[in-house]
Amino acid sequence: MGAPKKSSAARVSEDSDELVRVPLQAILLADSFTTKFRPITLERPKVLLPLVNVPMIDYTLTWLESAGVEEVFVFCCAHSKQVISYLEESEWFSQPNFAVTTIESHNSVSAGDALRLIYERNVIHGDFVLISGDTISNMSLTEALREHKERKKKDSNAVMTMVIKRSKPNPAIHQSRLGTDELFVAIDPDTKQLLYYEDKADNSKGILHLEKSLLSDNPSLSLHHDKQDCYIDICSPEVLSLFTDNFDYQHLRRHFVKGLLVDDLMGYKIFVHEIHSDYAARIDNFRSYDTVSKDIIHRWTYPLVPDVMNFGNTATKLERQGMYRASEISQSQSAVIGPFTAIGFGTKIGNHSKILSSVIGEGCNIGSNVHIEGCYIFNHVTIEDGCILRNAIVCDGVTMKSGAVLEPGVILSFKVVVGQEFVVPRYSQVSLLQQPVEEDSDEELEYADSTSAMTSKVDNSDVEDTSQVLDTHFQSSSELGVGGDGYIWSKCEGGHEEEWRHSVAPIPADKISEAMKIMEDELELTHDGSILPPSGELKPDSNDSEDDDNEDSRDDYFEKEVEATFLRAVNENIQEDHLILEVNSLKLSYNKLAADCAGAVFYAMMKYALDSARSSAGSLIQNVKSVLTKWKNVLTPYLTDIDDQIEVILKFEEMCSESVREFAPLFSTILHLMYDEEIVEEDAILRWDDEKRDADESDKVFVNQAQAMIEWLRHAEEEDGDEEEEE
Amino acid sequence: MVIFFSITMPDVQVFVNDFVNQLKKRKLEGSQATAKQAAELLRSVISQQRVPHRNPAAALIDAVKAVGEQMIAANPVELAVGNIVRRVLHIIREEDLSLATAAVAGLGVTVTSDDEDDVERDDHPVLSAAAVAAAARSTLRPPSLQTLLEDVPDSAAAPHTASSGGESEGKSKSVEKGSRGRKLKHDVIEAVNELIQDITTCYEQIAEQAIEHIHQNEVILTLGSSKTVLEFLCAAKEKKRSFRVFVAEGAPRYQGHLLAKELAERGLQTTIIADSAVFAMISRVNMVIVGAHSVMANGGVIAPIGLNMVALAAQRHAVPFVVLAGSHKLCPLYPHNPEVLLNELRSPSELLDFGEFSDCMDYASGTGSLHVVNPTFDYVPPNLVSLFITDTGGHNPSYMYRLIADYYSADDLVVKRRPMGS
Repeated sequence: MGAPKKSSAARVSEDSDELVRVPLQAILLADSFTTKFRPITLERPKVLLPLVNVPMIDYTLTWLESAGVEEVFVFCCAHSKQVISYLEESEWFSQPNFAVTTIESHNSVSAGDALRLIYERNVIHGDFVLISGDTISNMSLTEALREHKERKKKDSNAVMTMVIKRSKPNPAIHQSRLGTDELFVAIDPDTKQLLYYEDKADNSKGILHLEKSLLSDNPSLSLHHDKQDCYIDICSPEVLSLFTDNFDYQHLRRHFVKGLLVDDLMGYKIFVHEIHSDYAARIDNFRSYDTVSKDIIHRWTYPLVPDVMNFGNTATKLERQGMYRASEISQSQSAVIGPFTAIGFGTKIGNHSKILSSVIGEGCNIGSNVHIEGCYIFNHVTIEDGCILRNAIVCDGVTMKSGAVLEPGVILSFKVVVGQEFVVPRYSQVSLLQQPVEEDSDEELEYADSTSAMTSKVDNSDVEDTSQVLDTHFQSSSELGVGGDGYIWSKCEGGHEEEWRHSVAPIPADKISEAMKIMEDELELTHDGSILPPSGELKPDSNDSEDDDNEDSRDDYFEKEVEATFLRAVNENIQEDHLILEVNSLKLSYNKLAADCAGAVFYAMMKYALDSARSSAGSLIQNVKSVLTKWKNVLTPYLTDIDDQIEVILKFEEMCSESVREFAPLFSTILHLMYDEEIVEEDAILRWDDEKRDADESDKVFVNQAQAMIEWLRHAEEEDGDEEEEE
Repeated sequence: MVIFFSITMPDVQVFVNDFVNQLKKRKLEGSQATAKQAAELLRSVISQQRVPHRNPAAALIDAVKAVGEQMIAANPVELAVGNIVRRVLHIIREEDLSLATAAVAGLGVTVTSDDEDDVERDDHPVLSAAAVAAAARSTLRPPSLQTLLEDVPDSAAAPHTASSGGESEGKSKSVEKGSRGRKLKHDVIEAVNELIQDITTCYEQIAEQAIEHIHQNEVILTLGSSKTVLEFLCAAKEKKRSFRVFVAEGAPRYQGHLLAKELAERGLQTTIIADSAVFAMISRVNMVIVGAHSVMANGGVIAPIGLNMVALAAQRHAVPFVVLAGSHKLCPLYPHNPEVLLNELRSPSELLDFGEFSDCMDYASGTGSLHVVNPTFDYVPPNLVSLFITDTGGHNPSYMYRLIADYYSADDLVVKRRPMGS
């Protein structure tokens, strides 16, 4: 602790001498403050995990150096000793024009804590780049920096520039190719100011809540959901003090960014910089580890590719079809190495083994008849004859006894031994360490649901312990087959639903088709329910009470039920009386008024008329007429009151203007039809007209359309009146 | 060895590291700039290297090889670096030989009768004999075609150096030996300076010949952008030749656009065409003039992508295909060498934006079947090249090996230091 402090203090004095030009600084967080990479991260920090055989932090540091950053503060928390000793052994401390300083902490639990600590150290003097040690990029910072500085000059509240990139999320499963959730951002298209940021949108509903002020205060606003957050931020020094002022800020996005966006007292602004041809991505989970590895092998990160980034002495060469081979590989003649594969220094590959689109580290020993596909194998792994590995991550020092099988999505942590012919089931996470029961300091401490999941899990294990207390040791050693060594972790936090999302294995086809189906259903639902004010659209006010929401959705269900009942009656020739009974029961169970029933039944009828008109190609008006005449008896019981009739007209108007536009041109004709069939009385039409008299011009479209008929009705009424008077 | 090296020359090592870093990160572009920087770096390596009394040339060669190895490994595709390293090695050998010849000529008697010297060099018991043999070889060596053509006797330098040897005759032997080391160093640095001069002026040297090749009202086609081509065309323009230029844009980097802009600014009638339109336009073209990345020993050319296609089109229509290359681009290796044929694959983002197709590259969901490959270089075989224009004049592809033999010695083709000590 003392040493880095001293050096940073010395640096302060140095820097204060040259106040004229502040060197570009960067803060590199060598700790992600999450547990997505467990169990591997229990033994080694994420930033030191090899990514195509080079530790992640080297990619980040190389990029920072080539982007013109002159001073980097590496913040180490979990496994800080490992990170520091790695950096000491590497060349990073001896680079000219590129100073790397480590800051060590043992009690920071979040990025917020880290930034507060750095603020206390008082080492940041100007704009700085904030990045985590698991970010891979080859973008040029000059443009983004220039924009940031110019904005800062004009408006001192522009404290941060976020780098974003276009990337379409998979529509079915609502996640980007990096395995992160869909991101919704609202950006002012002119100033590029970030107005809204939401990465945890509730997928099931597809509802976004925007503040009304957001729409009223900004002349234009574009809402994107094809953007990817690169987690590269250019910050002004104020950012650090903001973290200190708001001691509850923990997460960079969830708290800090959202906090700034919501807080209009201080008026701090965040801007975005979009990159197009450059590459930037953050490795957040195993899925993005897989994706980014493939991007590197496909050279999107050039010049950060294995054959150019030669760290150490082992030069890697690129051969045909994207095969990266280091030196001193001994490979049997009969072994097959497929395209887009990287093989590390000194690895041995036996007869008839097959390696397809995988990354193999240094000094691995691969036996005969081994099949490896889509795997990431770290250094010094021994794989005996006849093993089959698919889409797995295998850490240093693992031994797989002959005939062992890894099913897709398996993670083997350090030095695990898989027994002979043992099949490790899908998505298993295996480690020599037992699953920690309590969260440790490396963890975000916030989410209630995760802790509750934890406690329930603890209960389970307690039960197991009591029952198997005698043979626990035997149990653990045989958990991975004969001669195996390691614990298979049980699932927690999101459990089975999440595991396929974030694993290295390709998403199973059934999951995709399932998700596709759900999406289609959702579409249908929104289509059907669109008679209501479409709930998928922007809500004017996010403070809508929960009850309202519920009311809406109950409304929605009632409508659907009535429609389904009606259609069943039509298709199965159920008698009118029975249909009325059914609708009545629905009315009672949903606690509705007669007017609601009238509206719903009328809606169902019109819908049916429209559908049959579509299918039979008959004219719409004819169909409406026949339906109305045939089923008007169902409707009439609910139309005893004039108000109910008005409700029907209003409903019809709504239909015409919003969901079923086909009826719009026929509005007055059908209204007349309804009048003829005595569904609505003239009083109802006239009162509707009266009600609408004060409305907006836009609301009066249909009143105007029906004006001729209304005139005629009024005239008739007057005549009636006249006649009466005459009499 | 590297340790020894970094102890003796810490200052140079810093520069070397810097240069190697730049090469590694692909921040240096253009063979000329790279070649010049490499030559300057090697010059400072030589000037900082302490020369021992014994065998000063070997020490210099070792030092250069040590640095050269690092520089070549940093970016094996940038052949100009290797060329310069080999050129400098050749210079050292040549200067050493010419000094030895002078010594043999001036002090032949002393060398053979010097017993002490023999005792001293017990690890090289037959050194004097070897020196004589080397000197003999140098005198017997067939003079290069260049020197024959220029009508300069091979031993022109010999009388000059001999006189300096004669001056020091009266001084003690140790002083003589030390001065010989210093003299060698001095001569080598002089020669490297000449080399740097050559590299700097290669554009002008090549451009001077433009008038002989470009005639009135001709149509010239080129692809991509090359500084050499630009200077060449402008030189012809300055000499009041009026001609038209078609510039193929050189996808995917489209450097042809820049070249066309520059040509147009200098008043040349310029037309941009797509790369794929080359075959359609070639029948109207009188001559194709292009730059190269490197010229191989067999006369083949490593050039920006698309040039092989242009060369084939030119051959089909019997249009002369002229390649401009400064002498630093002449590479003594043959393209059979896989290390050389190794292409540089650049980022696919030059072809298409990553975000544009990110959904097709989602390998996780099984829809990722899109691959993009972006090689940098093409190989144009020698039979498709009509003429090379270097700073020494125009040459046939079949003559290139001879030219290369003048610049490089066969010992240096593989720049690997022999294992030291044991």
